[in-house]
Amino acid sequence: MKGEASMVTLTIDGRTVQAEEGAMVLDVATENGIFIPTLCAHESVTPYGACRLCLVEVKTANGRERLVTSCLYPVEEGLEVTTDSEKIIRNRQTIIDLLLARCPESTVIQDMARKLGVEESSYPLEDHGNCILCALCVRACQEVVGVSAISLVNRGVEREMAIPFFDDSTACIACGSCSYICPTNAISMEDSDGIRTIRMPNNVTEFEMVPCKVCGNYWMPQKQVEYISKTTGIEPEFFDTCTNCRD
Amino acid sequence: MTMEAEQVREKVGSILDKYERNEGMLVSILQDTQAALGYLAREALLEVSAGLEVPLSQVYSVATFFRAFSLKPRGRHLIDVCLGTACHVRGAVGILDAIERETEIKQGDTSEDMRFSLETVNCVGACALGPIVIIDGKYEGEMKIDKVKPLLASYE
Ligand code: SF4
Ligand code: FES
Ligand code: FES
Repeated sequence: MKGEASMVTLTIDGRTVQAEEGAMVLDVATENGIFIPTLCAHESVTPYGACRLCLVEVKTANGRERLVTSCLYPVEEGLEVTTDSEKIIRNRQTIIDLLLARCPESTVIQDMARKLGVEESSYPLEDHGNCILCALCVRACQEVVGVSAISLVNRGVEREMAIPFFDDSTACIACGSCSYICPTNAISMEDSDGIRTIRMPNNVTEFEMVPCKVCGNYWMPQKQVEYISKTTGIEPEFFDTCTNCRD
Repeated sequence: MTMEAEQVREKVGSILDKYERNEGMLVSILQDTQAALGYLAREALLEVSAGLEVPLSQVYSVATFFRAFSLKPRGRHLIDVCLGTACHVRGAVGILDAIERETEIKQGDTSEDMRFSLETVNCVGACALGPIVIIDGKYEGEMKIDKVKPLLASYE
């Protein structure tokens, strides 16, 4: 049946809700005003299940119970979801405790930890430039921007977010999407004197910007202009004037 | 040891052709490339990326994910030191230290004379014989620090 998704009925924390088949538990809970903590979920990109903070307990119609990441778990008829049991609270605390040890300097993680009842990490502290390896930047760069300039590299404890060879930013158009979407501010972006500086946990890259021919403000990176005109067919000259100065 | 860029491009080109430039075959293509060149040269990864029209970041991600791939030229002999739990408690770290001293390289590196590359692995399933060192695929069980020197001497 095209266009008309069928609906399923489930319960979340005892409340009966209706949802479209195939929707993820996390989204359905959020729509119904039920809060589940998350770090690696974002509406613009496909779910990835990296942070595991969104854990909930589910019981299927045939009685199977388990802990799942709600951002990746589709709703089904008769599902019973619990988002706030003792067990879940304990699991979330362990997860945020580990994340806090990984990123002790991140105010986002600190706040989240406090909210979940963890004041201080019980593990040895590390420094990874605030990166929790959630891959939101990687997914945004690939799925939204379409350039895939960054990826997660290496494996296990050496896993890192990086540009190829840690030094090749050829594919990067300096749009800054990674910086906007990063939940822990591990990627920063700064514009000054016609240069955009993007700082990632493993490298710093500078990009030239183009000035607006009316107001003179530098407003877009040169490489982004090239990329947009290449993908849309709009003449590069169109970007000589910034959005503020266009009528 | 490093090959000319031109040669690399040629070899990678024929591997790409063999797999009909199918991006789903990325891992096999990298395996063949590693076999042909001895390692995954930077030039080779650029070539694979361009040939498959797969972003370089994704090729690099896969190339750095699998232990079997090396982005640096490897030595004539590959030493793997097991640091799995069983070997660890039997003193694998001491063995690794001794090998690092003897070869003057750190784990993950290759000696300048290209004689040895040194890597670590986590459990090779021979725990009862630990600590285990594997050289060119040959298992050396119950390693002791004073066995390191004579063992390495037998590899030219
Ligand atoms: S840099 Fe930010 S968005 Fe990218 S993986 Fe790390 S925490 Fe996630
Ligand atoms: S939000 Fe579900 S695992 Fe991160
Ligand atoms: S731990 Fe070394 S072989 Fe199992």
